[in-house]
Amino acid sequence: MKDFGQLVKNLKKDFSNLKIIKIAILGDTSTQFLTKAIRGLGYDHGFNLEILEADFNQIERQVYDPASALYQFLPDIVIVFHSSHKLLSKYNKTKPSDQPLLASKELESLENIYLTITHNLNSKLIFYNYSEIDDGVFGNHANKTESSFLFQLRKLNFELMAMASKRPNLYLCDLSTIQNQVGKPRFFQPSVYINTEMVLSIEVLPRIASKTIDLIRSLNGKIKKCVIIDLDNTTWGGIIGDDGIENIQVGSLGIGKAFSEFQYWIKKLKDRGIIIAVCSKNADEVAKAPFEKHPDMVLKLEDISIFIANWENKADNIRQIQKVLNIGFDSMVFLDDNPFERNMVREHLPQVCVPELPEDPAEYLEYLYGLNLFETISYSAEDRDRTKHYQVEAQRVITRQKFTDEADYLKSLKMHSLVEPFNKFNTPRVAQLSQRSNQFNLRTVRYTETDVENIGRNTNYFTFSFTLEDRFGDHGLISVVILKVESADVLFIDTWLMSCRVLKRGMEDFVLNTLVDFGKKNGFACLKGEYIPTARNEMVREHYGNLGFEKQDGYWILCLESYMYKHHFIELNKHYHVRN
Amino acid sequence: MSGIEILAQLNAIFIDTIDNDAVVLKKETTANDIEEWDSLTHIQLVVAIEKHFKIRFTSKEIQSWENVGEMVDSILSKVSG
Repeated sequence: MKDFGQLVKNLKKDFSNLKIIKIAILGDTSTQFLTKAIRGLGYDHGFNLEILEADFNQIERQVYDPASALYQFLPDIVIVFHSSHKLLSKYNKTKPSDQPLLASKELESLENIYLTITHNLNSKLIFYNYSEIDDGVFGNHANKTESSFLFQLRKLNFELMAMASKRPNLYLCDLSTIQNQVGKPRFFQPSVYINTEMVLSIEVLPRIASKTIDLIRSLNGKIKKCVIIDLDNTTWGGIIGDDGIENIQVGSLGIGKAFSEFQYWIKKLKDRGIIIAVCSKNADEVAKAPFEKHPDMVLKLEDISIFIANWENKADNIRQIQKVLNIGFDSMVFLDDNPFERNMVREHLPQVCVPELPEDPAEYLEYLYGLNLFETISYSAEDRDRTKHYQVEAQRVITRQKFTDEADYLKSLKMHSLVEPFNKFNTPRVAQLSQRSNQFNLRTVRYTETDVENIGRNTNYFTFSFTLEDRFGDHGLISVVILKVESADVLFIDTWLMSCRVLKRGMEDFVLNTLVDFGKKNGFACLKGEYIPTARNEMVREHYGNLGFEKQDGYWILCLESYMYKHHFIELNKHYHVRN
Repeated sequence: MSGIEILAQLNAIFIDTIDNDAVVLKKETTANDIEEWDSLTHIQLVVAIEKHFKIRFTSKEIQSWENVGEMVDSILSKVSG
């Protein structure tokens, strides 16, 4: 978020082509900085906010004088900011017997302001609510004492909500929540207040401007309508394809709790009319299994309007989702734990909102709460039925369509791979992949770190580890091959496994080229592969066949002499040497 | 930190806050010498200085300075104290 100084610098920019919205700000304390922050932030959202700022403490004069600047200005939106500090001054001057009536009296005067303005102007109204001040006079007992200031302030906030729920043109901007999020010492700076009559610290102004602009945006129809969620490590902990349904983390234990609470949040959004779409790199039936069978899953398939699980790139999949929903990209939010996917979507679809989810899933929700992504100005029962409608729509429309030219796309990734035999640096990762990979794993033979070290030293074996890096980031070590000398002519592929994150990148072709090259240089005639089926490695059943191996006696054979090198877009970083 | 170092850092804060590269602070400089330095900008400057030096001024101090030199003294007493 930009700080106040940066927002002020925006004021010097060219606003001439931006959408003009006229706003009047009426406050009982100094609002000059708030005005600058709102106008400055408006620029970043494409608004030229023309702001009428009344001198402070003139709310009543502006509202009740028909000849006031307010009525000449004809604003689209009127913002009324009564501060908690002025409320406290009023309370301080009230005799004890009248203190229990403070909130009701105040509410009556606020309602009169609303009625007078809406009677005379065709404007929407935004009232700021009251950030809490506990004057400490009663201690905790304030909560059971109607005449305490805290009691009256909270009552007023509550009654304001009740009033807003009945008044169609009244919206509340929730200052109290902002103070809860940042803490009072950051919200309010006493020395600044004493010197200037400003009750908002300079530090918190951008947040308040942002919460105000969120309302202005939604009043102008700019709202988020759809949230697209990733599955592995976003909706549940772990990788469904590798870990299996019994090992993913969701439920009340440990980190599973973070994912369950995240799912409840998504479910609440769905219930209030936000369309939920899934976009996951997985096989479709594997991705759907937890929704159907895991007892702790909060989200069910019927909550999801569009479910896309495949190995295509996510920008294309989001285009697909957009096509089905027929809504703007700027009304979509994409939540994914993987920085690569986020950057990729940001680059290809800059209008989609892609929050930078924290690394620790435990922090997802607090972070998302703070962003206020799903501002709205209306809510009705029909919103709830939207999901069903789009589920039907999705079935009708989805025809596999490629938006991005595959070769151009792969070329644009500028991929590099480092190929090395096992060594002491990559051994832990090789062992980890060997233990964890289930889907892209031809024989699923598991090796521990000690096994990996031994194989690396054994001259009967040749070992290969592959990394992949592209312009969006480094995927690290993602593929492992172990070749065993079976005879003077034959190299047996003891292990070939790969992380599914890098499917559809041409990595398999690159790996095979590397193996063939190696075999030829070392005088071998053929490669011999084997597929051992497991419950999870269906995706590589035809792996060798697709790469041009011939089936013989239950094994797959590739003749090196006649091999046609495959075309790919991965650059070799370093030439391979058998032993380090 | 010396008064001269503080003055140099203060100069940078002024340039950034009022967005004017031409500002050159001396100890004798007052609000009258810099056009943009009004009472509101003053508060912005105070908050920026507090943040930069990780200090807090009292509300009395904020009103007390006659010139930049006195601001520097005030900062000096807090950062070395």
